[in-house]
Amino acid sequence: MFAATALALLVVMALALARAFLGPTLYDRILAVNNFGTKTVLLLAVMDFLSGRPDFLDIAIVYALINFISVIGVLRFFEYAQQKTVEQGE
Amino acid sequence: MRHALALSLLLSCFWLVNSGHYTPLILSFMVASVFFVVVLSHAMDVVDGEAQPLHITFRLPVYVIWLAKEVFLANIAVAACVWRGPGSISPRTIRVRASQNTDVGVVIYANSITLTPGTVSIDLEGKDIVVHALTEAAEADLLTGEMDRRVCRVEG
Amino acid sequence: MIDMLLDILSWGLLISGAFFCLTGGIGLIRFPEFFSRIHAASLTDTLGASLILMGLMFQAGISLTLAKLIMIMILSLIAGTTASHAMAKAALKSGMCPLDQAALSRRPEVKSYTDKT
Repeated sequence: MFAATALALLVVMALALARAFLGPTLYDRILAVNNFGTKTVLLLAVMDFLSGRPDFLDIAIVYALINFISVIGVLRFFEYAQQKTVEQGE
Repeated sequence: MRHALALSLLLSCFWLVNSGHYTPLILSFMVASVFFVVVLSHAMDVVDGEAQPLHITFRLPVYVIWLAKEVFLANIAVAACVWRGPGSISPRTIRVRASQNTDVGVVIYANSITLTPGTVSIDLEGKDIVVHALTEAAEADLLTGEMDRRVCRVEG
Repeated sequence: MIDMLLDILSWGLLISGAFFCLTGGIGLIRFPEFFSRIHAASLTDTLGASLILMGLMFQAGISLTLAKLIMIMILSLIAGTTASHAMAKAALKSGMCPLDQAALSRRPEVKSYTDKT
């Protein structure tokens, strides 16, 4: 049962990656990468039960935090980068 | 003082759950690090009613249960939209007035809107929340104002 | 007996969570533009993640693992909400207009809002 859930999560991650490659705009890609990250957290939690090793949950917590911070950081970066180009253009 | 105590209690629970080792040495590390973080937060001036809204603690669970039900129903509606295809959605942007008095209330309201699939709060202009809704049904749900009233009640 | 019931319950939760995650993933591919795709992504973030984590909670029983799973659930709900709001706001500020013909014809005040951005 855990294997089936893990498989479904892998399929979702593949779909998110496809959107990240296809995505016409930058924000589509960021959305897809964020979704990929949250699915990774779930996959790690399921892997914890699949392999019976209790360490994976700690990694899942840390991954959730890193994923959130990195998405916010990337958004900040592009927000400032775009403001700068607008200011230079004017 | 009340807020500092609540913060240290929360941080201690966080440490205890994450550590899993309960020897005296490790527990003394916990006390030291919690004390350090509380002193640091106090120096940053974030130990107050805005960062730890204690007055809503007992009213929040009722709201969270109601919100969970709403999120569940909204999830099923959006899932149906996905399976029916792009023809079944009609994206729209609306503004809703947040009638809460405090910032904490407005933040709870805007976060609840985003948490419910089918509606995402995009921007906050004064007391108006700009919301992107996926379907007409999601928009109508929001415009009944029940969530607004319930958040007002949580806020007290 | 109780164990078997708990197992069946947790399998049901895991399967329905996986179903909602798959639905969200398909919506991510299928929906036409960015602001609709946010809704599909929030589908996997809220109910999909919660159901899978709840299914795991029934397998864990009363232990430290349960507390960690609850922590992951609260964390992912709050972080997911904040991240989708941040993405929507950043996209709006960068000049992307949400697709809303229905609202354009009906509400003049919304039209003025979209014109401004």
